Amino acid sequence: MAREVISSGNELAALAAIDAGCKFFGGYPITPSSEVAHELSVLLPRVGGKFIQMEDEIGGICVALGASMSGVKSMTNTSGPGMSLKAEQIGLGFIAEVPLVITNVMRGGPSTGLPTRVQQGDINQSKSPTHGDYKSITFCAGNLSECYTEVVRAFNVAEELMTPVIVLLDETIGHMVGKAVLPDLEEVKANLVERAKPDPNVPKNEFLPYDVPEDKPAVIPPFFQGYHFHITGLHHGPTGFPTEDAVLCQNLIERLHRKINSRRKDLLDSYEEYLLDDAEYLVLCYGSVSLAAREAIDRLRAEGKKIGMFRPITLWPSPEEKIAELAQRFPADKILMPELNMGQYIDEVERIMKQRPVSLNKANGRPISPAEIIAKLKEMGI
Amino acid sequence: MAFNYDQYLRTDKMPTLWCWGCGDGIILKALIRAIDKLGWSMDDVCVVSGIGCSGRFSSYLDCNTVHTTHGRTVAYATGIKLANPDKHVIVVAGDGDGLAIGGNHTIHGCRRNIDINFILINNFIYGLTNSQVSPTTPKGMWAVTTQYGNVDPTFDACELAKGAGATFIARESVTDARKLEKMFIKGFEHRGFSFFDVFSNCHVNLGRKNKMGEAIQNQEWIDSITMPLKKWEKLSDEEKKAYFPTGILYHDDSQMEYCDAYDLVIEAAQNKKKVDIPIEVKSR
Repeated sequence: MAREVISSGNELAALAAIDAGCKFFGGYPITPSSEVAHELSVLLPRVGGKFIQMEDEIGGICVALGASMSGVKSMTNTSGPGMSLKAEQIGLGFIAEVPLVITNVMRGGPSTGLPTRVQQGDINQSKSPTHGDYKSITFCAGNLSECYTEVVRAFNVAEELMTPVIVLLDETIGHMVGKAVLPDLEEVKANLVERAKPDPNVPKNEFLPYDVPEDKPAVIPPFFQGYHFHITGLHHGPTGFPTEDAVLCQNLIERLHRKINSRRKDLLDSYEEYLLDDAEYLVLCYGSVSLAAREAIDRLRAEGKKIGMFRPITLWPSPEEKIAELAQRFPADKILMPELNMGQYIDEVERIMKQRPVSLNKANGRPISPAEIIAKLKEMGI
Repeated sequence: MAFNYDQYLRTDKMPTLWCWGCGDGIILKALIRAIDKLGWSMDDVCVVSGIGCSGRFSSYLDCNTVHTTHGRTVAYATGIKLANPDKHVIVVAGDGDGLAIGGNHTIHGCRRNIDINFILINNFIYGLTNSQVSPTTPKGMWAVTTQYGNVDPTFDACELAKGAGATFIARESVTDARKLEKMFIKGFEHRGFSFFDVFSNCHVNLGRKNKMGEAIQNQEWIDSITMPLKKWEKLSDEEKKAYFPTGILYHDDSQMEYCDAYDLVIEAAQNKKKVDIPIEVKSR
């Protein structure tokens, strides 16, 4: 049975981790994300899990990656400055193929920025959170319920594809308290993804964690089970040991891309369409901005205007076919992209649509209001 | 019967990448012998290393091994240990890794008193990357980043560990493999954060430009700056400055280990109460 709760986005992200089977959290306090940690410090030991507040943001992700590579579902949590500090370790998660869920409750940046105010400033960062070449996965919660469902999904995807997954919340949604409808707990538990296990027919001393097909994730069993494999942040071949072999290095990086690209359509793509059927105008937005957009659309619909919304939930990799399809239906001057930044995702949309929608940008820590969206659409001729 | 090192090594990774005469091999040998003496199964051992010559340590030992990023060994190891409290976690890091870029994690590993065995391979220089100055490079010495002579004061790593709260602190050097082995055994048996400051020679990247001779002369230099604790204690304060004391410098079995302490949190959480420990404003 679906559950109705009154909660905040940050608390729902914590609850989702527990329901997804998370047994380890490492992190460092940072506004406006800290409530995720507060809540997990209470919930994790209750289920026999471990919570640790580390000495810094870097330690917070390292400890979680350490627990995860030893076989435990793990999570870390932060906001912008913390993401910047965690960057190098996210890269180890990518190359060594260590599952991890990272929630980033976005605040104003760059630098210390606006700690207690909202921004969607980390969209580009979540596409490329660390140096080098790889493919990153990012989900973006657009309402309270999704603070729960996207964190659960992130755990499942992280385990399935053996990679860190970023879930973006923002200050508005993280601190918003309200009613959320959560999926049935038994259903959530029945659909949890557990890490792939080695083929039991392969002798333990012959097992090679990275000896997998060219579009598949590594198979990394828990530590201390007799598999004496090696995990490294260096380029490695099928054995897991460092190599500089030109072919093996190329194969590794191509596989890190392929294992994600090959699952984009069936596993990763997700989005919401709202009142699109007869729409002549389109609002394309994501995250908390969609709450204002929905209100604006409802008000305009009440005036008889034909307008709808498209909201990507998976930001990276982007749902390309769907965005391209929208470009066939809507001319660029009838698409509005409100963003709480100076236009980060619009670049990706323009790349796919081959035309640039109209933008509405704000990066001063204040949300975009429904009235501002309506005013902009009226300027566009609705 | 000769000791069979092969059963603990990934023999297909031999020979090591270390330079001829490098002290790291002696530490590897002493570590293996200590594990053997204690009868630990390699299935239950995890070795975590960082970046630098010491970073290769993990790939040579045939157990659960992790080669992490620069300076983060103790943080990764803390996650592995906390998630697997009954297993043995050994960290191997260099003086740059453990005291410079990773200093914060080293300090807080000591403070938490988590049961990690931290082997600091202290060769007074960044070896792998060709002679940059480290927090233990002696004042006045040449490094490629202090070509007019090093003016930075040095760390006494053991004093740092003591101040931070490690409960087993020992120092030996590669000039006596037997003492190293005994030190490892004592520290591995200790339940809590064990800090080993192991002096090793880098005759290539410290020795060459500082005109310290070959491996043997570099090891003689290490002997000239170290002294067993008992003997060192008898020196005047002025004389003490010229030597690093060796042996077990500190051992306190009375402090609670971190994983054990966290078990109290789990118990409290499951019984909806606070942990039953007195408020303590000063732990040590």
